[in-house]
Amino acid sequence: MRINAFSRIAALAAAATISAPALAVDITGAGATFPYPIYAKWAEAYRKQSGVRLNYQSIGSGGGIKQITAKTVQFGASDKPLDAADLKKYGLMQFPAIMGGVVPVYNIKGIGAGEITLTGTMLADIYLGKIKKWNDAAIVAFNAGVRLSDQAITVVHRSDGSGTTFLFANYLSKVSDEWQSKIGEGTSLGWPSGVGGKGNEGVANYVSRIDGAIGYVEYAYAKQNKLATAKLVNREGTTVSPNENSFKSAAAGADWRKTPGMAVLLTNQPGKLAWPITGASFILMHTKQQNPERGREVLKFFDWAFASGDRMAAELDYVPMPESVVVLIKSAWKAQIKDATGKPLY
Amino acid sequence: MSAVPVSGADYGIAMTVQRNGATPPRRAASGRWKDAAFAWLTRLFALMVFSILAAILFSLVMGSTQSLDKYGISFIWRDDWNPVREDFGALVPIYGTLMTSLIAMLIGVPVSFGIALFLTELSPLWLKRPLGTAIELLAGIPSIIYGMWGLFVFVPLFQSHIQPLLIKTLGNVPVLGLLFEGPPLGIGMLTAGVILSIMVIPFITAVMRDVFELVPPLLRESAYALGGTTWEVVWRVVLPYTRIGVIGGIMLGLGRALGETMAVTFVIGNAHRLSASLMQPGNSIASALANEFTEAVGDLYFSSLIELGLILFVITSIVLGLSKLLLMRLSRQEGTRT
Repeated sequence: MRINAFSRIAALAAAATISAPALAVDITGAGATFPYPIYAKWAEAYRKQSGVRLNYQSIGSGGGIKQITAKTVQFGASDKPLDAADLKKYGLMQFPAIMGGVVPVYNIKGIGAGEITLTGTMLADIYLGKIKKWNDAAIVAFNAGVRLSDQAITVVHRSDGSGTTFLFANYLSKVSDEWQSKIGEGTSLGWPSGVGGKGNEGVANYVSRIDGAIGYVEYAYAKQNKLATAKLVNREGTTVSPNENSFKSAAAGADWRKTPGMAVLLTNQPGKLAWPITGASFILMHTKQQNPERGREVLKFFDWAFASGDRMAAELDYVPMPESVVVLIKSAWKAQIKDATGKPLY
Repeated sequence: MSAVPVSGADYGIAMTVQRNGATPPRRAASGRWKDAAFAWLTRLFALMVFSILAAILFSLVMGSTQSLDKYGISFIWRDDWNPVREDFGALVPIYGTLMTSLIAMLIGVPVSFGIALFLTELSPLWLKRPLGTAIELLAGIPSIIYGMWGLFVFVPLFQSHIQPLLIKTLGNVPVLGLLFEGPPLGIGMLTAGVILSIMVIPFITAVMRDVFELVPPLLRESAYALGGTTWEVVWRVVLPYTRIGVIGGIMLGLGRALGETMAVTFVIGNAHRLSASLMQPGNSIASALANEFTEAVGDLYFSSLIELGLILFVITSIVLGLSKLLLMRLSRQEGTRT
């Protein structure tokens, strides 16, 4: 009896594994956590339409790069673009898929959202531990009329490696020489001060628990959780609020065409309305596809996402890639992604 | 735990019977064959424990070659942790791991002892079963729940009431005050230690209760008959009789405290900075690993994280070794005393 039942189950399992690929080509990707919500939403909508399932594992950008170089996934995703040399070394091409912004959030009793304005150097000095109180002369000078008290600033940063940290540090390096020489940029940093929270939710939690705290999170996260965001003074000297328009305006000023690997960093961009800490999240694919059928499905998915995923992106407070950049991306697909015989996939 | 030696006596007899080869005459040949196969199978499983341990140690050492090469033994006392400049040292996480575990033990051991004592000696019969079950349930709660509860409930409470009180009172005591300085953030090493103590209490209590119950009623009742108070009976009779089990339970709890990851990550503050004050954020080995493994780019960074794992492995081994040593010394003393 038992053997009978067991063999039946085994037969069923075997049948399932054999018949699965015939039903649909599943595609897998892994990497950055920042774009995970939108990739998941796109995947769900795309599955309903085409029957192709996308399995995206948000294991972090570093993990995504490792997985794609090991060829265990069809595409990797990273918030930090690889430079041209690395792309060549691993035989990869990259393109931006979605954009978002990083925003400073704070928790000061009696002061509402958007009331505080900071400059890049101030933000750097706060995170360096040089500005210790909310009523520091530098902050007060930019915030006339806001009642700032002699309250200690508690700095909150990410404890895990993150593309959000990378964008934040990249911006601070551009605006503060001291930051650049002492701290530098990367997905994890040697933080000189503060406490570390795990993930956006960890940072948000610490900020909302600690009176006088400042932190940085993704815009989508701040908006959905109604955190008090600060305004920033951008490169042109304009005070800007974080919103879709200021992110788009940062993307508009960038030179995507000339940057190798489209590795554009959208921090501290020119443009009167540009939000200074904006960034794109990138997709990595092998230039020589061993399994062209799956590679083609990946490209089809992103093709569909660029064409009809904008509204979904906006719903989740991401910024879709501008049309002009999408054209560039598609020509890069044509030129770079090929099957074993050298025939372009797209 | 209930399989520990009450019935040990009959067990031993059964073993000797088998060893003398006095198999029952009615056993069939196939039965003997099955017995041998079973014995080998269990032996294989037991050997697997060693091979898995050896494999873990081997892969940890292999994985940390780079950082071992670069820093050597100095890795242990370097307090830098800078992924950008690729400069790593393990002092902060080691200190955090040991300190939080120490706090957990300082609180957890006496409380567990009290609970176990109450359960076995003082509790009315109707309360024994529900209380025991409640403790076992506590042991079954996933650590992330403790972490989230810690962050959402315990941290605010700690920040607004307990820490200000500690700073006001203990913070003014010379020397000791250094441990209780700084603004009340709510998160930090003290909070992590307290959460850990709550997490280890069910483990230690469960073991202590089980071994306390193994004390032969004859011994215990004789002690009472001689006029001993409950405390005297527990301290002079129950505890010496169950010493091995009690230390085993404490070690089990300590092992859990040393390696606990999620709950600590939530409340320790995750800052690679050394501070004397327990109110300040710190880091532990397990927590650093959980935080940084996914995005560890660069070989030296990765290798340093693996070496942290190796250090945790070594710390745990040392703790276990010390406890064995302690037990050996205790049993030798016992030998001379009688």
